[in-house]
Amino acid sequence: MSRLAPFALLAVLLAAWEIAVRAMHVPAYFLPAPSAVAVALAENLPTLVAASWRTLSTALVALVLASLIAQALAIVTALSPLADRAIRPLASVVQVTPVVAIAPLVLIWAGIDHPERALVTLAVLVAFFPIFSGAAAGLRSADPDLERLFALYGAGRWQRVVRLRLPSAVPFLLEGHKVGAGLALIGAVVAEFGAGSGGVRGLAWQILDAGNKLQTARMIAALMVLGAMGVALHALLEAVERAGLKWWRGR
Amino acid sequence: MTAVAALNNVEVDYDRGRALGPVSLEIGAGETVALVGPSGCGKSTALRLLAGLEAPTRGTVTRAAGRGQTAVVFQAPTLAPWLSARANAALPLELAGMRRAEAYDRAGAALARVGLAGAEDKRPAQLSGGMAMRVSLARALVTEPKLLLLDEPFAALDEITRRALADDVLSLWAAAKPAIVFVTHNVEEAVYMAARVVVMSKGPGRIAGDFAVAGPMPRPPHFRTEAPFRATAEQVSAALAEGIAA
Repeated sequence: MSRLAPFALLAVLLAAWEIAVRAMHVPAYFLPAPSAVAVALAENLPTLVAASWRTLSTALVALVLASLIAQALAIVTALSPLADRAIRPLASVVQVTPVVAIAPLVLIWAGIDHPERALVTLAVLVAFFPIFSGAAAGLRSADPDLERLFALYGAGRWQRVVRLRLPSAVPFLLEGHKVGAGLALIGAVVAEFGAGSGGVRGLAWQILDAGNKLQTARMIAALMVLGAMGVALHALLEAVERAGLKWWRGR
Repeated sequence: MTAVAALNNVEVDYDRGRALGPVSLEIGAGETVALVGPSGCGKSTALRLLAGLEAPTRGTVTRAAGRGQTAVVFQAPTLAPWLSARANAALPLELAGMRRAEAYDRAGAALARVGLAGAEDKRPAQLSGGMAMRVSLARALVTEPKLLLLDEPFAALDEITRRALADDVLSLWAAAKPAIVFVTHNVEEAVYMAARVVVMSKGPGRIAGDFAVAGPMPRPPHFRTEAPFRATAEQVSAALAEGIAA
């Protein structure tokens, strides 16, 4: 029963919206009725799905790259305190700089023929930090008594990283990747906005294009697809995190 | 009797002040020694010195420094949650460069010795507190150490489990005769587990008494009710009370 509650609320809100728009004769370019959005969604579904896939694939490629770079750097910081002190402040700079502010610069560097490279780069910049900070914290989270045992048994630095610190970091890495994947998707969409009409024809481009043509129903339809994609990605990553923790703990 | 480890006039200072010493203590080969004292008296620090996990501020520590010759069991099982019982027990051997197949064989044998045959593939999260402690014991024994250091290993277990484990540790000791140093704040456990009980005074800890416990090792049934046990326990308690009052 309580699982149905959000859907019931949604139905009530949609009904109120439909009735209000019809009763007050709100112009369609300002606020189309839900039924008009549904029609726009059905008509444009193939284009919207293709556009979603473009955005999603940008985010996924960015997630893989961010994961590799962040983990490699985190391991370097775990191996060398000097590298740790050098890398951390710079990593924070990447975190606090808004992606929209970097977008124009990265678009210039990627070149006009390769906007997709700029989009991936920008999404990597956004997804990098949660994975890096998760990995860095995880690599320090090993049980201190286990660290002492490794010292007692004469383990080398590399052995400690591979056999103790990296496995200890797994729960932190799972969490970092979950947050990072969500941010990669947001980063990809924001970067598409930054790239503007000359960019890759992903979901953000669909929203911009529909907005320029005052096709408000199509704009909302694209937003709904974006929302659905975000929810699906989040649910998938929650499941991956749960399964990963179960595998790690054996229970 | 040759010494496997010794503290020679050691003192340990931490930022908050003196934690231990001066203390001199010699552990003979195959000897079972219990270190008793109030909390904060530095007995765990003394154990870490013997393990080589810490260095003294003053004085010297001599120990058989060979890889795997010293083993430590901590208060918590300290197992890697992502590894099976077998892989946890095999860890010291693998870190020393032994091939996995052989390390796993020996770990399996060590687990059987502590009564965990059949639980080799279980993860720490699937084991009870007592079983996890046994895995920790198997990991300590797998390298056949000359010196086994136990830091309040049964403190978190219930009375029945701790008694069973105490007897198991003693029969394991009888099989390979490592020197055992056992830290506890439980007087009866100390007298039961060790042939020699060293009492430490409150921090910074010094040695307040050194008692030999008469009786066979491993302990016969009902040893706790016999006169020598009771008498030594009384002596140790008295020395402990004096050390706390001092």
